[in-house]
Amino acid sequence: MDFMFRLTDTPIDAAALRARLENDAAGACVTFEGIVRNHNDGRAVLRLEYEAYPALANREGEDIVRAARERFDIIAAVCEHRVGPLEIGGMAVWVGVSAAHRGAAFDACRSIIDEVKKRVPIWKREFYADGTVEWVGCAGCVDPAHGPAHPQAGSSERA
Amino acid sequence: MNPAAPSSAATITVEYFAVFRAQAQRTTEDLPFDGASPAAIYDALRTRYGFALDRSSVHVAINDAYAAWDAALAPGDRLVFIPPVSGG
Repeated sequence: MDFMFRLTDTPIDAAALRARLENDAAGACVTFEGIVRNHNDGRAVLRLEYEAYPALANREGEDIVRAARERFDIIAAVCEHRVGPLEIGGMAVWVGVSAAHRGAAFDACRSIIDEVKKRVPIWKREFYADGTVEWVGCAGCVDPAHGPAHPQAGSSERA
Repeated sequence: MNPAAPSSAATITVEYFAVFRAQAQRTTEDLPFDGASPAAIYDALRTRYGFALDRSSVHVAINDAYAAWDAALAPGDRLVFIPPVSGG
């Protein structure tokens, strides 16, 4: 289990990932949990689904974590992203970094999740309380199975 | 991907994800290889399937790596158009 990034279609085991970061030289461990929330752009969200292009997602994800290990003075880093359906409160993504000191750990963790959100080919489809369904970030796109697109569709989280 | 194709037929395989899969109503298809660029192929598929996104919102991947819109394709390549990502 030497992956730096991987997709999973089962619940993220945060404790197991955290254990991989343990190191006697680490004085700091910083983790990030991305959690499904019940709203987006002012609309009530019931649930969502993540879809990925696995070969490219794993390649980009590994590159991102590897780059963070080279760029920041850290000891270990790992990221896991969920695919498939998730309920409100579910964990969508986990990032963890251990380092001798907290500055590098915080910076690397932030950098990894920011890069994952920008580069990794994973798509979120949101199911809204009003019955509509949309691919986030795809303003103007119509999902033919689920009716007209919201003209301002898109997560406010996207940089 | 296309076992019925004669060995002399050069093709590339396009895979569809997310909104493109929903709009094309398929996960994959083989296209004849004719030297067209990813940009030209996208424009043709956009017309065929009614994709709402123009190229400024889309990225290209060839053989599981991000590539340029004018990258050279070769027979047997896997081509994927990446709509705006929303992971994390």
